[in-house]
Amino acid sequence: MAITLDPKVPSGPIAEKWDRHKFAMKLVNPANKRKYTIIVVGTGLAGASAAASLGELGYNVLNFCIQDSPRRAHSIAAQGGINAAKNYQNDGDSVYRLFYDTVKGGDYRSREANVYRLAQLSVNIIDQCVAQGVPFAREYGGLLDNRSFGGAQVSRTFYARGQTGQQLLLGAYQSLMRQVQQKAVRLFPRREMLDVVLVDGKARGIVIRNLMTGAIEKYAGDAVILATGGYGTAYYLSTNAVNSNVTAAWRAHKRGALFANPCFTQIHPTCIPVSGPHQSKLTLMSESLRNDGRVWVPKNKGDRRPPDQIPEDERDYYLERKYPSFGNLVPRDVASRNAKQACDDGRGVGESGLAVYLDFKDAIGRIGVDSIKEKYGNLFQMYQKITDEDPYKVPMRIYPAMHYAMGGLWVDYNLMSTIPGLHVLGEANFSDHGANRLGASALMQGLADGYFVIPYTIGDYLAANPLPKLTIEHDAFKEAADNVQKRIDTLLSVKGAKTIRSIHRELGAVLWDDVGMSRNEAGLRRALERIPKLRDDFWHNVSVPGTPDNLNQSLEYAGRVADYLEFAELLTLDALNRRESCGGHFREESQTPENEALRDDANYSYAAAWEFKGVGKAPELHKEPLVFDEVHLTQRSYK
Amino acid sequence: MRLNLKIWRQAGPAATGHLEDYTADNVSPDMSFLEMLDVVNEGLARLGKDAIAFDSDCREGICGMCSLVVNGVPHGPDRGTTVCQLHMRRFKDGDTITIEPWRALAFPIVKDLVVDRGAFDRIIAAGGFVSVNCGGAPDGNTLPISKEIAEQAMDSAACIGCGACVAACKNASAHLFMSAKISHLALLPQGQVERHHRVMAMIDQADVEGFGSCSNEGECEAVCPKEIPISNIARMTREYVRALLVAGK
Ligand SMILES: Cc1cc2nc3c(=O)[nH]c(=O)nc-3n(C[C@H](O)[C@H](O)[C@H](O)COP(=O)(O)OP(=O)(O)OC[C@H]3O[C@@H](n4cnc5c(N)ncnc54)[C@H](O)[C@@H]3O)c2cc1C
Ligand code: FES
Repeated sequence: MAITLDPKVPSGPIAEKWDRHKFAMKLVNPANKRKYTIIVVGTGLAGASAAASLGELGYNVLNFCIQDSPRRAHSIAAQGGINAAKNYQNDGDSVYRLFYDTVKGGDYRSREANVYRLAQLSVNIIDQCVAQGVPFAREYGGLLDNRSFGGAQVSRTFYARGQTGQQLLLGAYQSLMRQVQQKAVRLFPRREMLDVVLVDGKARGIVIRNLMTGAIEKYAGDAVILATGGYGTAYYLSTNAVNSNVTAAWRAHKRGALFANPCFTQIHPTCIPVSGPHQSKLTLMSESLRNDGRVWVPKNKGDRRPPDQIPEDERDYYLERKYPSFGNLVPRDVASRNAKQACDDGRGVGESGLAVYLDFKDAIGRIGVDSIKEKYGNLFQMYQKITDEDPYKVPMRIYPAMHYAMGGLWVDYNLMSTIPGLHVLGEANFSDHGANRLGASALMQGLADGYFVIPYTIGDYLAANPLPKLTIEHDAFKEAADNVQKRIDTLLSVKGAKTIRSIHRELGAVLWDDVGMSRNEAGLRRALERIPKLRDDFWHNVSVPGTPDNLNQSLEYAGRVADYLEFAELLTLDALNRRESCGGHFREESQTPENEALRDDANYSYAAAWEFKGVGKAPELHKEPLVFDEVHLTQRSYK
Repeated sequence: MRLNLKIWRQAGPAATGHLEDYTADNVSPDMSFLEMLDVVNEGLARLGKDAIAFDSDCREGICGMCSLVVNGVPHGPDRGTTVCQLHMRRFKDGDTITIEPWRALAFPIVKDLVVDRGAFDRIIAAGGFVSVNCGGAPDGNTLPISKEIAEQAMDSAACIGCGACVAACKNASAHLFMSAKISHLALLPQGQVERHHRVMAMIDQADVEGFGSCSNEGECEAVCPKEIPISNIARMTREYVRALLVAGK
C-alpha cells in the first residue's frame, strides 16, 4: 500500500477553516448512530471525553483502559492548569494570541490549521467543564481565576489548585460513567490493547489481553480511536505514571500508521532530582511554581554552602538575567537547557550537583505563607514527603526530567492516522505542539480532541465510507490474536537471569545520556549501536516469571519494555535525521552564539513521518511540509 | 536497612491466601515503600519466582491506584499519605512489616495485594455526575460561585477514590467516598437539579454492591490520604433525609 500524506487542511482563511469544514462534513443520521460501534482505547482526558461525547451522540462505544478504573488514567496527575483564550483578565488575550504563542512556543514545527482550531475550541472547553461542576479556582467576586504559565505574557491558565488534571479528568469520567449507566458505552478496565486489526486496509478492531484472566480477547467495530498517551517512560525515569507505554501506538505503527517526530520530547525543568538507583519515577513540581519561585544557582563554581548562607550578590538568577522579559517563565525547553548548562558549568547544588534552586523566599515575604499555601499547598507537601525538606524554609532543589511526548502517530486535520478508520487523540498523536509544548496546553488539546473534534470528524468518516458488517470470526482477527499470543509465549520462554527493570533502566540511561536534553551526531550514533544490542540482550536474557493465564504484572511490563526497545531506535534515528535544533530537540551542531536552539527552516520545515519496514530495518521517511501562512517564522526570542 | 516482610499471597480470586515471609536487604531510607517492593520483586525475578502483585500507577498520591494495608493500617502509618508516598525513612533496621490488601466484600481480591474496585465506578455511574451533554454550555463566567463555596467543593472533590476508607471501616462502608462526591456536587449550583436523585441512587447502589452502613467510628477519616473529613458524611445524611422528604417517602 503506497502511503499518501495528505493533511487534509480545509481551504479558506485560517479563522474560518474549522467552521467551513464542519459544514462540509457528512453527517450520520441520529437514528443510525446506534448501528455503529466505535472502539476507544484510553480513558485519559482525550479518551474519556471522546467516549463520553460519542456515547451522548448515540454511537455504540467500547472503551478500554489498563487501570482498574478509567478515573486513574495518567491525566489525573496533571497539576498546573489548562489554557484558554477567554481573555477574562482583559490583558490582551485572544484566540489569535493563543494560536500565535502555541506556534511560536512549538518553535514553528506544528501545523498551523490544527493549532488555530485548538485555540478556538479552548474557550468551549472551559464552559463545558464548568457546566460539569469542575471546581475551578475562583476570585473573591465569584468569577474564574487565572494564573500564568511559561511562554505567554498573558494570564490564561485555569486551574483547580495543583490538581487541575484530576478535576478535569473526574469531570470527563463522570460524564463517561453516565453514558455507561445509559448503556451507550461499555467499559473494559484492566485490558491492554496489543494489536489493531485491519480488514481491507481499514481499522476494524483490536486484540487485547484481559489483565485479570490473561485471556486474549477480540473486539470488532467500525472505527478505532487510540487515546493511549505518551511515551515518556521510554526514558525509564520520567514524570509519567509507571504504566504509561508506547505499546498501543507502536503496534499500530507496525500495522501501517506512520509515526511522526518521535524525537520531539519534552524535558520538564522543574522536577525533584534523582535520589538513588532505586528510583522508579520522578515527580514533577508544576510549572505554575515559576509564577512565584525564583530559579538560581551560586555564582561561583563548587560553592557548597547551604543556600541561606549564600548572600544575594553571590547568587545567579540566571533566567531573570538572561531573559528579562519572560524571566522565570521562559518555555520549558529553554529553562531545562539553562539548568543543565549551570550544572555542567559546576554550579549545580545538592549532593549530586545535579540540581538548581527554586526559591520562594521573596514570594513568601511579598504575599505571605498562607497565600503560597493556598496556591501550591499540595505541591509543597508532595515535595516534603519525598525529600524530607520543608520548602517553606529552604529553597526547593529541582532538575529537569523527561515529561511529555510531542511526537506521536501522524494524523491529518481530522485526527485520522495513515490507517483509514484509525484515529489518534491526545498525547498519542503528534499534531499541535510542534517541537515544544507550552505548559497547560496538553490538557487543552486532549479535551479539544475528545469533546469537540472527534465527534464531528468520525461521523464524516463513517458516513463517507460504507463498511461491510463483520464479526470477530473474520480471519484478520485470528491472525492478529495469534500474533499477540506468539509474542507472549516468546516472552515467557526466554527464562534468562536479567530483570526487566534492569534492562529498562539501561535503555533509559542510553536515551537520557545520548538522546536527552542535548544531542550530537556521535552520541546519537552511539545510541543507535547500543539499542539493538540491548534488544538482543532482552530477548536472550530477560526473566519474565509467572504464567500467562492470570494477573501477571511482569508479563505486562516485559511487553511494554520490548516495544520500547524497538521504538527507541526510531526515536534516535529521527533525532539523527533532524540536523537542526528546534524546541526540545537540541542538536549541539546547530546553535546560536548564545547557545540558543538554531532552526534550519530551509531544510527541516517539515514533520518527519516514519513508515515501519521491520524490526531493525531502516524505516522510510515521509515528509509533511509545514506551511506558515499566518505566523512569520523568526528566531524564537524570550529575551 | 534490613526488613522482615510478611506479605499476603493469593494466587487468584478463588484461591485461599496466606502471609509469606520475605526479607528486604539494603533498603535505603530515601526509597519509597513501593520502590522497596520493586527491589523485592527484582530479587524474586532473578530466582524465576512469580512477582508479588500490587497496584500502582502515578506513584505521587493522586491516581488512587495503590492500595496496601501496612501493619494493619490502609496506606500505612503517615497521615494524609498514600502508600506510594510513604518513604522508608519511616522504618527502622530490623522492623517487621505486614503487608495486606484492602479487605471488603465489595472489593474482591484479584491476586496477592490487588483488589477489584469496580463497585466504586458503579456507584458513580448511578448518579455521581451532572447530566450535561457536550456542547451548548453557557460561558463559564455567567455562573459566579463564591470563592468560599468553590474551595469547599474542591476540598470534597479532592477524593482519589482509592478505597482506604472502606478498608479501614469495620463495616466496610463506602460512606466517606460517596459523601465526598455528593458534597462536591451538592455545594455547587451545577449539582442542584439532580441533587435528590443523586444521593438516593448512589446510596442504593452502595447497598447493592455490599458495602456496609456507617456507625460513626471515624476510622475512614483517619486513614484518608486526602484527609477528607467525616463532616461530608453528615452532609450526605442531610441530603438523603431531604431527598426522602421531597420524594414523599
Ligand atoms: C506530572 C504531570 C503533570 C502534568 N501537568 C500538566 C498541566 O498542568 N497542564 C497540561 O496541560 N498538561 C500537563 N501534563 C501533561 C498531560 O497530563 C498529559 O499530556 C495528558 O493528560 C495526556 O492525556 P491523554 O488522554 O492523551 O493520555 P493519558 O492520560 O496518558 O491516558 C492514556 C490512557 O490510555 C490507556 N492505555 C494506554 N496504553 C494502553 C493500551 N495498550 N491498552 C489499553 N489502554 C491503554 C491508559 O490506561 C489511559 O487510560 C502533565 C503531565 C504530567 C506527567
Ligand atoms: S500510585 Fe497513584 S496514588 Fe499511589
